[in-house]
Amino acid sequence: MLLYILKRLVTVTPVAFGVSVVCFLLVHLAPGDPLSAVLPADATQQTIDEMRSAYGFDKPLPVQYAIWLWHVLHGDLGVSIATGRPVAQEVGRAVVNSLILASVATLIGFTFGTFFGFVAGYKRNSLLDRAASALSVFGVSVPHYWLGMVLVIVFSATLGWLPPTGAGPDGSGNWRPDIEHLRYIILPTVTMAVIPMGIIARTVRALVADILGQDFVEALRAKGMSEFGVFKHVVRNAAPTALAIMGLQLGYLLGGSILIETVFAWPGTGFLLNAAIFQRDLPLLQGSILVLAMFFVALNLIVDVMQTALDPRIERA
Amino acid sequence: MPVVFKTIGAPAVLTGAILLAATSASLAQGVLRIGMTASDIPLTTGQTDNGGEGMRFMGYTVYDGLINWDLTSAELASDLVPGLAESWTVDPADKTKWTFKLRPGVKFHDGSDFTADAVVWNLDKLLKSDAPQYDPRQSAQGKTRIPSVASYKAIDPMTVEIVTKAPDATLPYQIAWIMMSSPAQWEKLGKSWDEFAKHPSGTGPWKLTLFAPRERAEMVPNPAYWDKKRIPKLDKLVLVPLPEANARVAALRSGQVDWIEAPAPDAVASLKGAGFTIVTNAYPHNWTWHLSRVEGSPWNDIRVRKAVNLAIDRDGLKELLGGLAIPAKGFMPPNHQWFGHPTFDVKYDPEAAKKLLAEAGYSKAKPLKLKVAISASGSGQMQPLPMNEFVQQNLADVGVEVDYQVVEWNTLINIWRAGAKADISRGVSAINYSYFIQDPFTGFIRHLQCNLAPPNGTNWGYYCDPEMDKLFDQVRNTFDKDAQTKVLQKVHEKYVDDALFVMITHDVNPRAMSPKVKGFVQAQNWFQDFSTITIATAGR
Repeated sequence: MLLYILKRLVTVTPVAFGVSVVCFLLVHLAPGDPLSAVLPADATQQTIDEMRSAYGFDKPLPVQYAIWLWHVLHGDLGVSIATGRPVAQEVGRAVVNSLILASVATLIGFTFGTFFGFVAGYKRNSLLDRAASALSVFGVSVPHYWLGMVLVIVFSATLGWLPPTGAGPDGSGNWRPDIEHLRYIILPTVTMAVIPMGIIARTVRALVADILGQDFVEALRAKGMSEFGVFKHVVRNAAPTALAIMGLQLGYLLGGSILIETVFAWPGTGFLLNAAIFQRDLPLLQGSILVLAMFFVALNLIVDVMQTALDPRIERA
Repeated sequence: MPVVFKTIGAPAVLTGAILLAATSASLAQGVLRIGMTASDIPLTTGQTDNGGEGMRFMGYTVYDGLINWDLTSAELASDLVPGLAESWTVDPADKTKWTFKLRPGVKFHDGSDFTADAVVWNLDKLLKSDAPQYDPRQSAQGKTRIPSVASYKAIDPMTVEIVTKAPDATLPYQIAWIMMSSPAQWEKLGKSWDEFAKHPSGTGPWKLTLFAPRERAEMVPNPAYWDKKRIPKLDKLVLVPLPEANARVAALRSGQVDWIEAPAPDAVASLKGAGFTIVTNAYPHNWTWHLSRVEGSPWNDIRVRKAVNLAIDRDGLKELLGGLAIPAKGFMPPNHQWFGHPTFDVKYDPEAAKKLLAEAGYSKAKPLKLKVAISASGSGQMQPLPMNEFVQQNLADVGVEVDYQVVEWNTLINIWRAGAKADISRGVSAINYSYFIQDPFTGFIRHLQCNLAPPNGTNWGYYCDPEMDKLFDQVRNTFDKDAQTKVLQKVHEKYVDDALFVMITHDVNPRAMSPKVKGFVQAQNWFQDFSTITIATAGR
């Protein structure tokens, strides 16, 4: 097991390096000058040149990359051009906020997704299956920013029950899971949860249907095992795949919620990325993309390890 | 018995009445929460970022300039008024030498005195790169605003002398950009601008009490503000960055904020229907086509310039924008003090346009073809795509073929800086650009002065007319305010009569607010005063 983890860690290193190159180059491919959004529009060429050399944008790209990577390896993601605040601090705060959002959304999505998946898988072709499937298809296909806006129109603008934007009555600074703060989290997490819910429900349904059709289930039943005992075997067999999917979904939710965080003005990584893109804030953009990409890499690793723990066949392969 | 009752009752009733009065008075002030379009709290250290919005919310609130803008009237175009300087004069013998007499008794929020040394310290903060308090971020914002300043010094504790590179009567407009931060506070916070950003100290009517990056800023009134009329009536002002237009509308409709900047035009009708107030006013903004005057440009023919100006149905365009626009009659909004009396009437007259085009030698067989760079969005650009499509249709009606090069907003800014001759301009003969035109320099001079052609400035089209330059020199050398206004009118008359731009429309700076918001006067300015506002208890 330990050896397997070590092996996986070794393979992760080149991936991480590749990710860092892509992160660095990608933002340089985007059109526009990194300083144009920060300087007043009629700044003189002299001011622009001064800023350019102050931020090191006048150096060749490989040199810029080497300097950047050196700092990153020392835990320094640089300083945001737009705000002057350390990128690590900005991203750190945003990641915590996104983590809150993503974990609650994953919890909702995973709970409902597995529930619907099992129900549909066990009661194939019944009315219950149809309803659960319809719900999961809806979850997968509805554009979530649209759903977010509809929820805001209904529950905030019309009924006035829930706040439409922000992370709390006085921002995210003193976030704690009390009623006042939880009211702010309901709409964005529900909106966010529909996609993982749909995906997990569909996957689990297919898995359960497949497992129930296998010989060993029949053998267990023939052996006289209780239906609950059989169910436990089904869960055990379905868990590795379901977990892998949940891990990926958590990754998506952590980084892929730009639209939702923008619609709800939730101060997480998506909101930060959006601001960084519009302001051409290269250090902030590079830093936050890198952190998010590394999250993916790390999550994949964790999921792999967990899968191996749950299903020894993977290690042998 | 009744007597006893009376003696106890009277004070009780009186106390009750006082209590009641006190409660209703404090409730009448309240908290105003504003949804901004910026995605972050503008820079809090003094010289803000985020353009006009930054100065509006974080500049003239927490800070003052030596000279401020008069933001008291909705009817008149706003003008400069004394701020931290009580008066300023130019030396009659040497027109480059200005003396600013400072306002006595002004204190920064931290309690330290505002003096001439503080002014010099603040100018060093922006201009002197080896000064300990030099701040590259504020310098990047402020340096460009005071191009004329050559040197400065404190004459005595209440007098500052500023020397310009050449005589320049527009200096007061430049100085109005420069915000004064507290040197004592910076010293106290370990000479760190990062710390100062969290605990800023200016002389303005508002004190910043909470700064949560990207989420929220809170301000309370400065009861010791030097201008008693501008001591805020509210208890608190809260700023929330809400860059997404729909999120702003949702926040307003659900009562999370009381005021939003720039509601999306298609949300205006429904907001009005729901009882919200839409406040608009003219302000020094225009939405134009800036024309290339390089060799071979079709715009070098005045008949073409006039024809295109006459071909645009500005009232139709206003309708397209739900009424949120002022049709252009010139480069400045109508009624502006610099408008003057141009003879060329900017109006919709397609027949006259066709005639002029025919005179210029264009016909069905040989139509006028224009290549114009536009952006898909951008600060101040209003709704560039549908608006330009509308203009394109108008021009097609008189036989002009327009080909748009749609570029991203930052690219358009780069094109604008690089000039019409640069490769990046891709051979376009005009760019659709909206302008901040609040002072003589940003309003007129920078666009058309010969020596401001790129790379020295933003005369994008390489326009050069010695007559216009002579007028600009007059503006810079006319130190009497009224006489200067007359010269500026002449400049504007030439702008319009020579049809130097395609003058299309002016924005009206719409903001939507809850009916609870009382006492707001929307000045004809990019900046606004929040001191007069109160929040009523009744209503949404």
